[in-house]
Amino acid sequence: MTEEIIIAGFGGQGVLSMGQILCYGGVIENKEVSWMPSYGPEMRGGTANCTAIISDTKISSPILTKFDTVIALNQPSLDKFENAVKPGGLLIYEASTILKPPTRTDIEIVPVEAAIEASKMKNAKVLNMIMLGALLKKKPVISIESAIEGLKNVLPERYHDLISLNKHALEKGMELAEKVGVPA
Amino acid sequence: MNKELKLMKGNEALAEAAIRVGCDAYFGYPITPQSEILEYLTREAYERTGMVVLQAESEIASINMIYGAAGAGKKVMTSSSSPGISLMQEGISYIACAELPCVLVNVVRGGPGLGTIQPSQGDYFQTVKGGGHGDYKLIVLAPSTVQEMVDHVKLGFELAFKWRNPVMILTDGALGQMMEKVELFPQIRRTTEVPEWATVGKPKTRERNIITTLHIEADKMQEINLHLQKKYKEIEQEEILYEASGCDDAEFVLVAFGLVARICQKTALLAREKGIKVGVFRPITLFPYPFNELNKLADRAKGFLTVEMNAGQMVEDVRLAVNGKIPVEFLGRMGGVVPTPEEILQTIEEKFVGELV
Repeated sequence: MTEEIIIAGFGGQGVLSMGQILCYGGVIENKEVSWMPSYGPEMRGGTANCTAIISDTKISSPILTKFDTVIALNQPSLDKFENAVKPGGLLIYEASTILKPPTRTDIEIVPVEAAIEASKMKNAKVLNMIMLGALLKKKPVISIESAIEGLKNVLPERYHDLISLNKHALEKGMELAEKVGVPA
Repeated sequence: MNKELKLMKGNEALAEAAIRVGCDAYFGYPITPQSEILEYLTREAYERTGMVVLQAESEIASINMIYGAAGAGKKVMTSSSSPGISLMQEGISYIACAELPCVLVNVVRGGPGLGTIQPSQGDYFQTVKGGGHGDYKLIVLAPSTVQEMVDHVKLGFELAFKWRNPVMILTDGALGQMMEKVELFPQIRRTTEVPEWATVGKPKTRERNIITTLHIEADKMQEINLHLQKKYKEIEQEEILYEASGCDDAEFVLVAFGLVARICQKTALLAREKGIKVGVFRPITLFPYPFNELNKLADRAKGFLTVEMNAGQMVEDVRLAVNGKIPVEFLGRMGGVVPTPEEILQTIEEKFVGELV
């Protein structure tokens, strides 16, 4: 199994930490992992993205142009990466801010209204965990338990009282993903 | 014993390795994309091992602090990125002439000039062919994974002290910034022992140790040059490292170092899915360079494609190695642009496969 994922959105949406959580989870499960951030001018404002690869075997290129899964958290990211999904792949996007939805018919598309759910949970920052939950429902590349362990590594200790809220967000994401999405 | 596995950024993994290898001192000056090395060491090193970590006033100061501390027989390291390494060249030449061990790290970014903060391999010539003045060589290690960022720090100090020669770890911004799983080696205790050549005061039992690179007499300077050249020949005999994957049955071989070799691995997978037999040859030491191994490989393969993040630097060494036996083509991306697996495959098809059909 090799899962090549790109996560893209605005800076501050938790794009980079979401990839890190996945990779920490992978390490816990003794998988091979690679996390490559965009660290160029874009991280100094505007869009950010990171490539996360989780595999049972040694990872070759950490830099890719085609992905098994694209997670887009805003319209510019969706526009940029819709065509980067491999045929038969998965596209998960944050739906509540999207005006122009994806149009491809050869991939599975999962819209998730994560921003709305996050505001219902009174913490906009759990948006990324809702999206991660949606991913893990569709593609269980790591277990929920490993994702939570991964979160403990990424989240500074002073915020560890928020772990249960994040777990709840993960479960919410899984629930939302179960309801939507028509396989290609 | 349980393996100690961590998820770390390349820069941080390298810094952690410096602490664990028992490094005595680090002198450096911040520059993107390698500032995490200085930051990590500042945060962790002194409390754990007593290692000295100092932010110098400039790169020129850093390299001369390295010169002094290495002369005292200590395990010392500095790191920078391309423009900063350019500033260090005078000092590096002095250290090579004085035959002092140290580990230097260049997390290369796109140049020339102030350039960009994105990854590049544009400093191959500077690192491998000289950079500073005079006939000297650095031992050059080119990691391609975060794991090798750790391993090469340990190997680098072993080689530096074995040969009394500066070692350069030539990596790039992407490897510095990316995170991967790493297995860390156990802490090595810092030692108070110093080599017999170190300038740490003269006991009654021996003559004075002198470290200098100034020899006014031409004959004396030539003697020193001959000695250095003899040492470099021995290093070429003993220390070559490379990785050849899928080369045994390959019709075409991709030759690349560092990060680009991994992108080429992906290309090789894609090519084999299409029925094109592609292998990857990765020099791990850039000096000493695996000339003979590449030459032998050219007896079996139909063509080489060298891929680099520069305008064509290592390809000159590949062509020297192959010596006209088979065509050596080149694909390069510059200024911080990273080649993709797909465009490398397309180049193989255009340069080689198309012509054979």
